[in-house]
Amino acid sequence: MCKDCGCSITPHNHDHHHHGDEHHHHHHPNPQLNDPKTIEVITKILDVNDTQALHNREHFESHGVLAVNLMSSPGSGKTTLLEATIDHGGIKLGVIEGDLETNQDADRIIAKGAPAHQIATGQACHLDAHMVHDGLHHLPIDGLDVVFVENVGNLVCPASYDVGTHFNVVLLSVPEGDDKPAKYPVMFRAADLLLITKCDLLPHFDFDIQKAIKEARKLNPKVDVIEIDSKSGKGIDQWVNYLKMKKSLR
Amino acid sequence: MHEFSIVNSLLDLCEANARKNNATKITKVEVKIGKLSGIEPHLLETAFNTFKEKTMCDGALFVMNMQDLIVKCQDCNKQFTLKENVFICPTCQGNLEVIDGEEMYLMRLEME
Repeated sequence: MCKDCGCSITPHNHDHHHHGDEHHHHHHPNPQLNDPKTIEVITKILDVNDTQALHNREHFESHGVLAVNLMSSPGSGKTTLLEATIDHGGIKLGVIEGDLETNQDADRIIAKGAPAHQIATGQACHLDAHMVHDGLHHLPIDGLDVVFVENVGNLVCPASYDVGTHFNVVLLSVPEGDDKPAKYPVMFRAADLLLITKCDLLPHFDFDIQKAIKEARKLNPKVDVIEIDSKSGKGIDQWVNYLKMKKSLR
Repeated sequence: MHEFSIVNSLLDLCEANARKNNATKITKVEVKIGKLSGIEPHLLETAFNTFKEKTMCDGALFVMNMQDLIVKCQDCNKQFTLKENVFICPTCQGNLEVIDGEEMYLMRLEME
């Protein structure tokens, strides 16, 4: 076994490896042509996406912009939260919207006076770093404090893709139920901030807020939590202050 | 259901590696799939076997190794397999660092 990379290539097919290690004696000079050969790759399947994500982050940083990935189920209140954030004031924001179809979400943001670009993903259930990069070049980001990537509503697929933002915000709305963190561990583990949305509906649902937080913290003990209601304004101050604090650290 | 997108990336990565090695055909693709990578292994296999046609991977054997979640406690340094999704050290309640089991890797290619 190579001690350099931990691979277990057998001698006869190791001719492509060049470790510069004189103690390697499995370099055969005459590999037979057409012999099947095995190579060790050991590369992340999403390597190309991750490289693009890195580039996106550099792009945000060169413009002094904080980038936030918003993820949740469809209908948990991502766009409504952004509308309330614009109405609150104090942060200049822009939005890259991801949906399978329609420009409705971008239109709602633009109607509130903030720049937005809609990506229609067609059948794709998530945004990837390349789509966000394309969107980025349609958004005038100079002078903005925060760019939100409003991901496709889905608690599964978006969690697998780094889109090049600085942190992940996951929304869990009261009507969805407090069992969602345990049921969708990959998504809730990825959350840096959990927003429990539609909190004014708590009296009407059997949603145990402490249970939801406890389950989320089993997956990520460091996750921050804000209880919010975009319609009544509950928690919006705290949310905007959180964003300002994060922005000040970039 | 993003397994098709993952397979697309995987096929691209396989072909790039094959070309780098002057190969024309890939006969075996070996991947490592973390148990907490967010991928459904059976769907991934079906997607691979569907979309490999007419690529360099046409006819290639798909070998999938599932990777348990390996964690290391940042406080007591104990390394172990995490069975339940509770990311707190059972011995000292310390913070856990994930060593393996959250990612998807292309490990090995056999080619001609």
